[in-house]
Amino acid sequence: MGQPFVHKSPIPGLGLSAGITLSMLSLMVLLPIAGLLVQGFSAGVPAFVAAVNTPRTWAALFLSFRLSLIAALFNLVFGVVLAWVLVRYRFPFRKVLNAAIDLPFALPTAVAGIALTALYAPNGAFGHIAKDWGFKIAYTQWGILIALIFVGLPFVTRTVQPVIEEIARAVEEASATLGATRAYTLRRVIWPMLAPAALTGFALSLARAVGEYGSVIFIAGNIPLKTEIAPLLIVIKLEEYNEPGAAAIGIAMLVMSFGMLFVINAAQVLSRKRMANV
Amino acid sequence: MLTAIKQTKQILAQGGVSAAAVAGFLALGAAPQTAFAQSLLNVSYDPTRELYEDINKAFVDYWVGQGNATPEIQASHGGSGAQARAVIEGLDAQVVTLALAADIDKIAAKGKLPEDWQSKLPHNASPYTSTIVFLVRHGNPKGIQDWGDLVQDGVEVITPNPKTSGGARWNYLAAWAWAEKNGQDPQAFVAALYEHVPVLDKGARDATTTFTQREIGDVLLAWENEAYLAQNELGADAYDIVVPSISVLAEPPVAVVDANIHDDAQRKLAEAYMNFLYTPEAQAIIFKNFYRGWDTSKADPTDVARFPALELVDIAHFGGWSKVQKEHFADGGVFDLIYRAK
Repeated sequence: MGQPFVHKSPIPGLGLSAGITLSMLSLMVLLPIAGLLVQGFSAGVPAFVAAVNTPRTWAALFLSFRLSLIAALFNLVFGVVLAWVLVRYRFPFRKVLNAAIDLPFALPTAVAGIALTALYAPNGAFGHIAKDWGFKIAYTQWGILIALIFVGLPFVTRTVQPVIEEIARAVEEASATLGATRAYTLRRVIWPMLAPAALTGFALSLARAVGEYGSVIFIAGNIPLKTEIAPLLIVIKLEEYNEPGAAAIGIAMLVMSFGMLFVINAAQVLSRKRMANV
Repeated sequence: MLTAIKQTKQILAQGGVSAAAVAGFLALGAAPQTAFAQSLLNVSYDPTRELYEDINKAFVDYWVGQGNATPEIQASHGGSGAQARAVIEGLDAQVVTLALAADIDKIAAKGKLPEDWQSKLPHNASPYTSTIVFLVRHGNPKGIQDWGDLVQDGVEVITPNPKTSGGARWNYLAAWAWAEKNGQDPQAFVAALYEHVPVLDKGARDATTTFTQREIGDVLLAWENEAYLAQNELGADAYDIVVPSISVLAEPPVAVVDANIHDDAQRKLAEAYMNFLYTPEAQAIIFKNFYRGWDTSKADPTDVARFPALELVDIAHFGGWSKVQKEHFADGGVFDLIYRAK
């Protein structure tokens, strides 16, 4: 036989790596989700529908997904700007700022929630100013939005940062010398390169916000139909020892999240295709 | 070339050392075996942190004084319902001291202790009782005296979510009892009351924080012990306690979880711990921690005199926990009707 023409990859062959992947995925992800499905439908499909199809559950789901989407869009815009600034400019304390971006990952969410509530409550530093303008932040949907932006911020910045580092300034200069305006360069040269990473960050930030519980619980007023997020409703069902009901809402969230991530993935594929044609 | 290999070796060696360190750091569980002869885990509810800290110290002294080896008494605190669920799902608690008999009933229903657990210790297995009072801002600026004042225009009431907090269920029932007594429709009154609630916290401690630290609301419906604790910690000039004309007699019960007793020595310890709660020494600590005990013989008279007499209704008045839970707090119960979309 002799030496194979193609060098073997340092990672062991398909059999072993697929085995490891599948076992890990099964133990950590697939089995718990299967358990969720079994639990959710354990009382039958009508019970499942009855648990999810109430105005209060719909209100909570709508609130969770709507605010998560707004928070993720906000993070998409400001996360890209932040990454751009950190990569392209040199200024004092840049490295400190760069490290600080990861804090929302590391901080226990309860700590973040309490800190944000302390700031934005009517007697807090920012909440006080808002109160003078006749505006409430903590214990309203605005409070929830701020918490969701906080926990999702690092995702976009961290996924986009390495891509921006790869973009040579010469590319922008080339675009300029060919007569493109700044806006045109941004739209047709920079953005297509950033889009796949930015969309990944957007999807991660969105997914994180949808499932966020620890920090939101402190800053939301938790009033049913107004500021009650879907994860709280799950906890409430558990407190009622209503595991199938809790699982039913969990499944509803899972399906909606999966749908959204699917759409984002499709958008990514589309933008990659367009990139290839440029 | 040689130096490169040397360097690689060095890096690998260093890697080996730090890998060992990392592995040690990352090792999970398997805490070093305790040097204690016996240990006990007491799974309790939220506001009893300070109480059981004191009780556990006193109990260890008492137990050692009886000629036993020093036991390790641990306490875990959280929302009563969540704690009960943890025990059901396998948390190795030898004793439970929860906010509601209903929560221990749930554990009993899984066969972890006999159904008649509440008859095993005096006073419905409740070594102390408590009630619900109002905590208002100093000087009582909104002039709140009784339950009826809570639904006045411009009054904001802080109470946790009855779905997630045992104490909040007592708050709700106390309001219900007042309305019944005063010829009002209880359901309409309770619904009006919750319209005045701007924040529904998850537990009693969170609600206290919202009221005291965030300065939200005019009145906090609180466990009597939480109200005194808040006044004690934050200064008597910051808050006043208002005692309503009628409130509830909350009987937080205690029980040994038979299924989690591993040997006879541990059973002896667990039972001694339960009985200790009724001794004059422990009762004195209970009074000191703002709970209403039964035995005042060793208690500080000022601790006892602090509690005003008021009309108290117990859970039997509402037909027992299982009925109350089903009618009021279960899915689709009276409490859910309050928040139905209008």
